Amino acid sequence: MTVTVAPSDATAVADSGLPSRPRAATGRRKASSRSRIGYVFVSGYGVLMLGFGILPALYALLLAFTDADGGFAGFTNFAKVIGDYRFLPAVGHVAAYLVVWLVSLLVLVVLLALVVHAIKVRWLSTTLRFVFYLPGALAGASSVLLWLFVLDPSSSPVAPLLHAFGFSSFVQVIQPGHLPVIFAIIAFWTGAGGWIVIMYGALNNVSDETIEAARIDGANAAQIAISIQLPLLRKWIAYMGIMSLAAGTQLFVEPQLLSQASNAVVGNDYSLNQLAYIYAFTQNDFNGSAAISILLLIVALALSAVFVTRGGLFEKD
Amino acid sequence: MLVAGLAACSGGSASGSDSTYGFPEAKQVKNSTLTVWVDATRAPAVTAFKKAYPKIKVKMVTYDGSANGSNTFKTKMQLFDRAGSGWPDVVWTTQDYDSAWASQKDNGKQAFAAQLDSGLIPSSTLKGFATGALGPCTVDGKVYCLRNDLAQNVLWYNKTLLDQFGYSVPTTWQQYEALGAKVAKEHPGYIIGTQGDPWTPEIYMWASKCQANDVTGATTVTVNVTTNECKRAATMLDTLRKDGAVPNVSVFTPGFLKQYTGKVLMMPGPAWYAGSIFQSSSSLNVPTGQLGVAAPPAWGSGKAVTGDVGGGTWFISSHSANLSAAATFLKFVTTADGYQVDLAPGYPAYSAAAKKWIAKQEGSKYYATSLQPVVDAADQIWSGWGSAQFSQEAIWAKTITPAVTAGKNIADLLPTWQTAIKNQAQVDGYTVK
Repeated sequence: MTVTVAPSDATAVADSGLPSRPRAATGRRKASSRSRIGYVFVSGYGVLMLGFGILPALYALLLAFTDADGGFAGFTNFAKVIGDYRFLPAVGHVAAYLVVWLVSLLVLVVLLALVVHAIKVRWLSTTLRFVFYLPGALAGASSVLLWLFVLDPSSSPVAPLLHAFGFSSFVQVIQPGHLPVIFAIIAFWTGAGGWIVIMYGALNNVSDETIEAARIDGANAAQIAISIQLPLLRKWIAYMGIMSLAAGTQLFVEPQLLSQASNAVVGNDYSLNQLAYIYAFTQNDFNGSAAISILLLIVALALSAVFVTRGGLFEKD
Repeated sequence: MLVAGLAACSGGSASGSDSTYGFPEAKQVKNSTLTVWVDATRAPAVTAFKKAYPKIKVKMVTYDGSANGSNTFKTKMQLFDRAGSGWPDVVWTTQDYDSAWASQKDNGKQAFAAQLDSGLIPSSTLKGFATGALGPCTVDGKVYCLRNDLAQNVLWYNKTLLDQFGYSVPTTWQQYEALGAKVAKEHPGYIIGTQGDPWTPEIYMWASKCQANDVTGATTVTVNVTTNECKRAATMLDTLRKDGAVPNVSVFTPGFLKQYTGKVLMMPGPAWYAGSIFQSSSSLNVPTGQLGVAAPPAWGSGKAVTGDVGGGTWFISSHSANLSAAATFLKFVTTADGYQVDLAPGYPAYSAAAKKWIAKQEGSKYYATSLQPVVDAADQIWSGWGSAQFSQEAIWAKTITPAVTAGKNIADLLPTWQTAIKNQAQVDGYTVK
């Protein structure tokens, strides 16, 4: 989220930082008042980000390097959590989930957006967008609860399908090996619709002339999509990647609810965030919990950097 | 700065006067309101208390009762510890292992649980509980909670079906296993137990004296699950699962009801199975006059022992500003007929109440046999299975259930189980032998 605000912040600073450049007086006044409004617009976000993003992160950083009595602890907390027998499995779980989810999200969202955009029948296109967006209207936890019923062969509306896959009980469905796919399906179902609509909007920004020119040159729909629309969507895809990555590494609600619903057959230490939660609230070890959070932050930042550089998010056209 | 601030505010408040009852007391405020945390099932206990003691002001807060390893009780108390205020005066928990942490100082903070046996609860009351009932509440010889109900395991069976099939009630696990093979052949589809619930080890492993949870001190536990005692129970479960006589299914799933309603010939399980499963209209709903109960089976010629599944406990906060009212509350809900006999769904841990409770149950004419085996089983619980800070149920559910579902044998999984228990115990600060 920091990433998205940075450009507008930067331009605001640049604008106000150059008051001495010769300009018409009116223009200058207009520019400075505009930048002042910019500050006003950003300020609400800035305050919230400071209060709920940066300060807690700094507090976590402080906790991660101190012990329970507040003394400097060096890397002890990090060594402790990494040495925990639950840590590496949790890393593996989150990584597997991220791979399944991010790949399916990137491929399917772009594909579906292109398809919806290509549909020229107006009512069909509108209906599809509405249908895609609909699941997103359910709040996170309630949609997970919904899926708990869908995945239980004894109560599921798609029970025949589950039986066809050879699942006759809930415990069979939630075998450890199936979980990354299950969580990815739940996350896709709840989150992808919003992204499809955003991608659709981005596709609308591709000028008709460009497409028209390509078509005159003899390009078919697939060629247009690959050579024109996709490159122009690159930044949006990178943006989606970063946001989804940040959300995905914080996997928590899905396994937590599944753990309770399955009477702990899915452990309550499945993901890293759950492990951090256990450290803080079951083991009463806020320092260890903070160390896990900091590790998560570092990994998420590093991966985001890849998306930013590869996706050219900050490049100007 | 923040750390310093937090430390300062939590350090200050706990400065109580000296310890009449064995812990630093908070300043006592006469007639102050009691805040009581209970789960929804225990709400009638609070209502009954209000009726019996209208002068004591009580504020009831319902929470999940720490059920299914949610650890809400511990989590919230630790947050109050950090804040330095906000603790409830009385807490109910469905788990029987909470005194393991509640009796201990945590990060230098005063232990949450008030010690009860140094005068807060009269020793005459404490003596009235069934043998071993306060075991889960006792840490290093001191009592930190009162047991609400016992959940001793017995052998429930359908007398009508058993007579119809011409079988007799097994008195040993060997006979039980043989009966399973017979039922599988002669009456396929009927079952003599289940093994899909997290408390499966507390029914079969505990009764076999498997050393999975031998808590020897506040921070020491001995774990050895590759013994013959564990292997024989594991092998029996494996055989009976393959026969289909003891399926890997949880009794609280719709699938269980769909497949096995009317087909449960027999089921070893806790006292509360009667009310929650057999008699419940939303579960098996066994008609009046069919359900019988027998003593827990023995292994071979040895003396039969049994385990228990839960059995909730009541705590008083050591931070309470109205200890005398809190003690009155605890005495009422665990011993008074007004709750334990008239309203409580489970077998009372307090012996006098238990007797009346049994008489009341038998008076209902629901059961096909005497309930004496339930009473006897209360004294047969094997003491080699203790109460540690971690949930054995959660460990079993996570390591054994999915593996068994995937086709593995429990007997082969015993070393995995051993490692899982050890790992969890060490994380919770235990020395594992």
